[in-house]
Order: sequence, then structure tokens, then C-alpha cells
Amino acid sequence: MSTNVPADLKYAKSHEWLRVAGDVATVGITDHAQHELTDVVFVELPAVGRKVKAGEACAVVESVKTASDIYAPVSGEIIEVNKPVSDDPSLVNTAPFAGGWFFKLKLANTTEVGALLTPEAYKAQIGS
Amino acid sequence: MTLKRTPLFSAHQRAGGKLIEFGGWEMPVQYSTITDEHLCVRRAAGIFDISHMGEVIVRGPAAEAFLNATLTNDIRKLTIGLGQYTLMCHEHGGVIDDLYAYRLGEQEYLLIINASRIEPDVAWLQERLAAFPQHADVTLANLSDHTAAVAIQGPKTPGLLDQLFPAASTGGTHVAKPSELKKNQIAQFIFDGQPVCVARTGYSGEDGFEVITPATLIEAVWDKALNLGHQFCLQPCGLGARDTLRTEVCYPLYGHELDENTTPIEAGVGFFVALDKGEFVGRTVLAHEKANGTKKKLVAFKMTDKAPPPRPHYAIWAGGTAVGEVVSGTQSPSLNNGIGMGYVPPQVAEIGGKIEIEIRGRRFAAEIVKKPIYKKAA
Repeated sequence: MSTNVPADLKYAKSHEWLRVAGDVATVGITDHAQHELTDVVFVELPAVGRKVKAGEACAVVESVKTASDIYAPVSGEIIEVNKPVSDDPSLVNTAPFAGGWFFKLKLANTTEVGALLTPEAYKAQIGS
Repeated sequence: MTLKRTPLFSAHQRAGGKLIEFGGWEMPVQYSTITDEHLCVRRAAGIFDISHMGEVIVRGPAAEAFLNATLTNDIRKLTIGLGQYTLMCHEHGGVIDDLYAYRLGEQEYLLIINASRIEPDVAWLQERLAAFPQHADVTLANLSDHTAAVAIQGPKTPGLLDQLFPAASTGGTHVAKPSELKKNQIAQFIFDGQPVCVARTGYSGEDGFEVITPATLIEAVWDKALNLGHQFCLQPCGLGARDTLRTEVCYPLYGHELDENTTPIEAGVGFFVALDKGEFVGRTVLAHEKANGTKKKLVAFKMTDKAPPPRPHYAIWAGGTAVGEVVSGTQSPSLNNGIGMGYVPPQVAEIGGKIEIEIRGRRFAAEIVKKPIYKKAA
């Protein structure tokens, strides 16, 4: 099974991706994760303004079979959530790195980004 | 504990099945996606490995009398080649298992029991048989380890079965081809020179068949069904779709709707309890419940607002208090809506009644609906 792991992103062991632009990071779940979950039917997003710590559960993605927590890969404040993915959760399956993003956060500490996995390291983790 | 594997284990690996633990067995939960497989069964055809389920043969001149004293339904209604849904209860009415009983011959019955209940069921049957006056006239044989089965379900399956078993039946119901079997009928057909049982039964709410074979033969049946199945859009389907299909049509699953502390009357399957047939295990309690009501009642519900899918063990609220618990719940692939079943006090159990399901600390609106939740358009 070929899995897409874009080269311009950072990754968390718990299968979230992070796209950094200045001090704002966009977060979603990886192609590998959506493929494992299959059939995403519900996405619960955090409240805008919530401050989260790296590793904190802050969103939920539900497939037909089960509910899974989504963790903040880095610390920061939620500044925007992806309303369209809440209305059409299948975007997580069809466009995990684009229209299927979950939330944006303002980084509390940019050095945390360095601790995340590189695309190569993430590929090794998922055996891709 | 090592997980048990069915004779189709390597077939599942070849088909790309995602394997999970289920009741001590390593079984495929899905091959493509649950939604895809579910809709394939509703529209065309799906094949499921159900080899983990148990098979017990009960034989002898007193087999009918023994089963009628042990199971809730009236087994005397079975002519040769016919099956019925039935339950096995404790004296206090709690369900030991729900099962299908087929009459294969004049004095021969086949019981298909749940995988997770094989040991307690066989122990219970042996214990009851020891206490049964004509026990010398009944033999019990647990064939579960040597027997395998597949369920082939969906509106397109009659044509497929006729190609899979192209000759007339050799036992059970006499038919020229499998598609002539009526609901709940069972017949023996020859496959690769060996006898197999084909029943027009299933657990999906669709038309369909269950094929029971010696363990060594099932892979040949599976492979041939998949080969012939292309023209019928047949797909291999996992336990995930099996669960969503049965939940939509409100079929009980042991360990969810049924357990040793729940009676058939509470679970809404009193239709399969023949109180008029004479004495049987649990009859006193079940007759009392039927006449006087129960403490809890199984209801089906639909989420009415946008909500996460309901799941087992979520609390059910009514009138501002927690009144019960969800036992089965999912996002319905056919209705694209959260659905489920749960136990509530009888005074809450009214069709159209407003309830709430507590999900991660928030309560979401739901409505009690008539069973089945999903009904095929006529």
C-alpha cells in the first residue's frame, strides 16, 4: 500500500502532521492514519482560544468502528479550526493533507517543532 | 493467550483483510472499508467467514424432547430441512446463548452457537442432558473444531449460490437448486464430492445463505465463491460490516443485547419463547415477565441532531436523569446517521420518546424508534 508522506511537513509519532508558517502551525492527521481509520464519520474540533500542551488530546476523529483522540503535536493556542471538515468528515479520508486539516495553532515555543519526526523518520515508523 | 484462527486465515491475509481479536479469535474486521462492505451487502453480495461459530449435533430418539426442554422456541415445529432462531436460558431467565437450531434428519439436529459461547453452551447442554430422564436416548457432539462456515449475504446471492452448488440437494429440504430454498430452510449439497449444508439464513437483514462445511473444505468454497462472485459484485466482508448490518436491523449480538443477566423478554425476542409448549428451562420466570412486565427494555434509537456516533456503554438520559446504557451503537452506513440500541426502564421505552446519549461529557438528542431501524424500501 503506497502511503503519501509529504516532504515539507513534520510528523508526530501519534500520526498527526504539522505545517509551519512563521509562528502558526496547521495540524491534521496523516494519510497512513486516515487509511488505518477508514470511513471517518465525525470530527470533533477544539474551541478557538484553547491553550494546549504538546501531547494533549484536543480533538476526536471517529470512524464507523471507533473513536480516536487527536493530540496537539506542539504547545500553543488554537487560533482557527476547519469548519468544513466538521461538516464533511470524509475530507479527512479524501484530502488528509489539504481540505482535511483539523486546526491551526499559534506556537508557544518554536523549538518544540525540532523535536518532531522528519518525513524520513515517520516513514520508517510506519514501515513505508 | 494464543488467538484461535479459522481455516480461512490465510485466505483473509491474501484478500488484504485487517485482522483483529474477536472473542478469542483472530478475525478480519474489514478488507476495504466497513462502509464499502456494508453497502455492498445491501446492494449486491458479500461473503463473511463465520467459521469461528460453534456447531453441535444432537441426535437420538429423545433429541427433540431434550431440545424442547432446554431451548425456548418450540422445536416440534421443525420439519426435516427447517431451522429456527431460539435461545438457551438459565432457570432465572438469563440468556446463556442465542442460536439457530436446524432439523437435519428424523432424529438429528444441528445447533449453530456463538463463538464466544461454545464452552459454556456445551457444558450447559451436557449438564442438562445428564439430568434429562431419557438421557440414554440422546447424544451430543461438539463439531466446532472440525466445522467451518461462510455467510453469503445480499440481494444478488441466489444466482451465485445456484452456480456454486449447481446440482439438486441430496438431503434436508428437497430442492433442484439452492435458490429454491425458502427462508430458514436447510439442505445438503455436494461440493467437490463432499456433503455441505446450505441454509437460507443470515445476520444482515438481506436475503442470503449460510454454508456449513467440514473445516478442510471451506477454503475451496470461499475461493470458488469469490471467483464466481465477480459477476455478482461479491466482496469479502469483515466483522465490522457484519456488526453494522445487524445493528441496522436490530438483530441481537450476544455480549451486547444479550447476556446471562438479561432475559429474552427484556431483549424484545419474546416471539422466540414458546410459553405454550410445556416445561422448559426458564419458563416460570419468562411467563411471569411476559404477564407482568420487566425491569428493563431494549429500545432502538436514532440520533436526531448532528452528533458523534453512539457507542456501547454510553449513558442514556431521559427527563434529566441517567436511565440506562447503550449496548450497540454506530454510524449507520445506510442511513448516514448515528443509531443504536440500549436498555431503559419500561416507562421510558416508548416509540417516539425523546432521550439523550451522553458522549464525552455532553448529551446529544436522540429518539426512540421502531425496530428495525433500517428497512429496505419495498
